[in-house]
Amino acid sequence: MKSIQMYTIESNEALTQDVWRMVLKGDTSWIERPGQFVNLLITGQYLRRPISVADWNEETLTLIYKIVGEGTKKMAALKCQEVLEALTGLGNGFELQHTPKKILLIGGGVGVPPLYGLAKKALEIGKQVTVLLGFKSQHEAFYLEEFAALGAQVLVSTNDGSLGTKGFVTTVMEKEGLLEETYFVCGPVAMLKAVHQLSRANGQLSLEERMGCGFGACMGCSCKTKEGPKRLCVEGPVLKSEEILWED
Amino acid sequence: MGRLEVSLCGWKLDNPVIPASGTFGFGYEFAQFYDLNQLGSIALKGTTREARFGNPTPRIAECDRGMINAVGLQNPGVDQVISKELPRLKEVYQKKVIANVSGFSLEEYVECAQKMAAQDLVGLIEVNISCPNVHHGGMSFGTDPKQAAKVTRAVKTAVSKPVFIKLTPNVTDIVAIAKAVEEAGADGISMINTLLGARFDLKTGKPILANIMGGFSGPAIKPIALRMVYQVYEAVSIPIIGIGGLASAEDVIEMMSAGATAVQIGAENCRNPYACKKIIDRLPVLLDELKIQNLKDIIGRSHS
Repeated sequence: MKSIQMYTIESNEALTQDVWRMVLKGDTSWIERPGQFVNLLITGQYLRRPISVADWNEETLTLIYKIVGEGTKKMAALKCQEVLEALTGLGNGFELQHTPKKILLIGGGVGVPPLYGLAKKALEIGKQVTVLLGFKSQHEAFYLEEFAALGAQVLVSTNDGSLGTKGFVTTVMEKEGLLEETYFVCGPVAMLKAVHQLSRANGQLSLEERMGCGFGACMGCSCKTKEGPKRLCVEGPVLKSEEILWED
Repeated sequence: MGRLEVSLCGWKLDNPVIPASGTFGFGYEFAQFYDLNQLGSIALKGTTREARFGNPTPRIAECDRGMINAVGLQNPGVDQVISKELPRLKEVYQKKVIANVSGFSLEEYVECAQKMAAQDLVGLIEVNISCPNVHHGGMSFGTDPKQAAKVTRAVKTAVSKPVFIKLTPNVTDIVAIAKAVEEAGADGISMINTLLGARFDLKTGKPILANIMGGFSGPAIKPIALRMVYQVYEAVSIPIIGIGGLASAEDVIEMMSAGATAVQIGAENCRNPYACKKIIDRLPVLLDELKIQNLKDIIGRSHS
């Protein structure tokens, strides 16, 4: 169910130079699956900012976001106890039912956060979870220990080789023989496409797009699929690998 | 009669507040937020003869006090709109709607308008000759008085329901276009559509929109819309639906003072799904504050 909710900021701190974590106190009863998102109203910005939920419990939800422009810069400047308005109940999220016991979670950069909630849920229901995280370099890496603490096997790649395997997540997939694993991936579109092309298995891909409304009214964030256009804010952001029609 | 009631070509609206085409889908997405029957009416997503995906993404860019969209008339095509979208809307909405139609040729406009006008649910046809996001169609009909008149005449001949022409502000003289469509038989005018705009990335310098340009809307364009409605009201005698950056009950009063009989709320629906409801709830209170008895009495009061 979609609705507008008010949240109080419990904490807002930097994880790396430009990746921040914000914990919000308020309603989380709308969250049905990992990979869903909120659309935050930020004072001074015309459009809301869609941010995926990284983690949640009965009282709080955690957002991990990257400072990429005006809106996220303002988010990072927000203080504890300030109140934020969010449009909630957005997006379809990842589907864990009818997937094998062994699954592979792949995250690139700021695409990593929704996989945390996904790993948690998957481990809770007894899945065997390998998490493959790709970053540009060591100083941009975050949440490695957090994933490990959940009980997931964690693999890392960095473009410059400063941490883990030098190269891309696809380099690790080849090296570790992970091409048959059912995968869940979130990150830049070039990475999603590379993973899809390399893997011999099907997967679920969480896509990102500039959104207008975030709830299905403006058709700003549509993606071409075999079943026709899908709005990433309603029928997405998670799409199946076999349904996406890739643009060149 | 309610204090908020207005009349468009004999069609009584409980209030003048209508969500604008392209910002409200086919309506039903908003039914999860409030009862849509509170609205004056709904202007449906622009419909074309064939299904369209629209432009490549990214097709939304934020601006100060507004946004640019380059959606490009994504819609499932008129037949699917009639067979799939309208029945879904009917489940949650009992009033008449405004069907917004677009095309790339006169024949397409006519066919689309005829099919939509044949639906009971449709009370009025809004002909979009102002979409800035499609090539060889849309706005190219709306920037030349002769072309605008031609489309108007063709659609008017083909349908018996009231026909409103939606005008683009991307012209030197909007009054000339307004007069041309009135003379060609238009029952009313919807104005304004979006203004052509663009944004470029600070770091790379590259366009933010894949289409480079798109339609700029939001509170930043309100003064332009007010000015144009004021000018057109002076020049024509058919009713005007005022559109452009309206976000509050105060804005509705201002737009109606300038000459609009009803209003459409556009971009504001994208940032707040409750925008139209909020405005409708606030209007009676504002009328009391301003000591206005009936809303319809203020239409065009800015003109001496």
